[in-house]
Amino acid sequence: MSVVEATPVIRKTALNAVHRQMGAKMVEFNGWDMPVEYPAAIGCGIVAEHMAVRTGVGIFDVSHMGDIRLAGREALAAVQHISMNDASRLAIGQAQYSALLYPQGTFVDDVIVHRLGEDEYLLVINAGTREKDFNWVRDNTRQFDCKVEHLSDNFTQIAIQGPKAVDVLQKLTDADLSAVKFYWVTRGTVCGLKNILMGRTGYTAEDGFEIYIPPDEETSARVWYEILAAGKEFGAVPCGLGARNTLRLEGKLPLYGHEISDTINVWEAGLDRFCKMEKPDFLGRAALEKAKAEGVKRTLVGLEMVDRGIARDGYKILDEGGSEIGYVTSGSPAPFLKKNIALAYVPPELSAIGATVKVEIRGQAVKAQVVPTPFYKRPKKA
Amino acid sequence: MSYPTDRKYTKEHEWITADGTIGITTHAQDSLGDIVFVELPKVGTDITVGKPFGTVESVKAVSDLFAPVSGTVTAVNEALATAPEQVNKDAHAAWMVKIKVKDPLEMNALLSASDYDKFVSEEAGH
Repeated sequence: MSVVEATPVIRKTALNAVHRQMGAKMVEFNGWDMPVEYPAAIGCGIVAEHMAVRTGVGIFDVSHMGDIRLAGREALAAVQHISMNDASRLAIGQAQYSALLYPQGTFVDDVIVHRLGEDEYLLVINAGTREKDFNWVRDNTRQFDCKVEHLSDNFTQIAIQGPKAVDVLQKLTDADLSAVKFYWVTRGTVCGLKNILMGRTGYTAEDGFEIYIPPDEETSARVWYEILAAGKEFGAVPCGLGARNTLRLEGKLPLYGHEISDTINVWEAGLDRFCKMEKPDFLGRAALEKAKAEGVKRTLVGLEMVDRGIARDGYKILDEGGSEIGYVTSGSPAPFLKKNIALAYVPPELSAIGATVKVEIRGQAVKAQVVPTPFYKRPKKA
Repeated sequence: MSYPTDRKYTKEHEWITADGTIGITTHAQDSLGDIVFVELPKVGTDITVGKPFGTVESVKAVSDLFAPVSGTVTAVNEALATAPEQVNKDAHAAWMVKIKVKDPLEMNALLSASDYDKFVSEEAGH
């Protein structure tokens, strides 16, 4: 008997040809063929892209992200039931960071919930969990008078990120972006396209916008190049997944499958402030209540390497005696901070700021210290 | 891309000169991206053909360095500890280690500049 395996289909965004034309190094990410970095010849590379976002502006194709729309009389009740943050606090046009939880209090995914209308919500979800998330949302909202639509393929999503992002996008839209606060959305004409959704959101720990435009290749490419051209005076560069990862790591923004997963609960991940136990009952709540009473056995901490070495995803954390006590969820050189940093799960007794642990790097125990997080916080505007 | 003809190459993208100086190729540094860390053996260490003898790390990846031939390390480019980006700037000048080659005949199994160039193009084309 032979086992026939389905050939994995590698998906492409509408900007795939643009990335290749620009000479991007492409990688497979969660089933998507995505740019990891653009060439040094056009002023790019992970470090240059990262620095552009911290100091100027960078442009990302994030069309692999998914979108689920919930609309109808009981849309709020549905969103409240499946997510841990309190969506009843959202005004129309406002967004919040939240998560979908399994009944055991672990993560289906983390999401951004946007309230687009009186009874209309848009959940922006991760690329690798699109189908799983949609099925989860659909199956767990059947009892509500609410339509659930999978809109992931309806948009090309472009993120414009960095302190100059607002200046770049303002050149291309009639909407008054100065009136849009962080984690709010607006609509307006962008590059001649009417009624475009623009959210002041992102995954870089920087100011910025994410825009949702029609998904055809021609429009996508035109808008991409128009944004780059508008950003030229601010040093705008295209950015790949490499910089996206180092930027989010400096800002301690979780990545599904790393800091959060179906085996990690909200308390362990330290996402308490986005989990509203006092709101009406939601999936995962009972388990979280129990878990809180029992106390966590591991907790997510930020580490900075003290001795020479770079902690990488999956490396072991050792105590002074060399026993394994945890693991690195994400680790990398931090291009802006110029330090080697990591996020790791360790026992609570070793989670205090200043505590030292060892990271096992190629058989060597290399010293690291628990430091405050986020590692990077963007300066407040004067 | 033309590679210097004064040295031999491996399919793991290292180069070695006749006097035993070892580095990685321009193609290798380009694939790795921004190099941030180079870990090399101490002088006196014996390295074995085809086996890892050190590590190069870019922002996103960790790569082993493989010995093109066997030998004993006689010098280490200490400058790379504090300035690993030199490898990105000029990979064919930023050497990693110098070795006393154990058996010069092992050099015959390595690729010439033109064969390496062909190998890289084929690798990229597949």
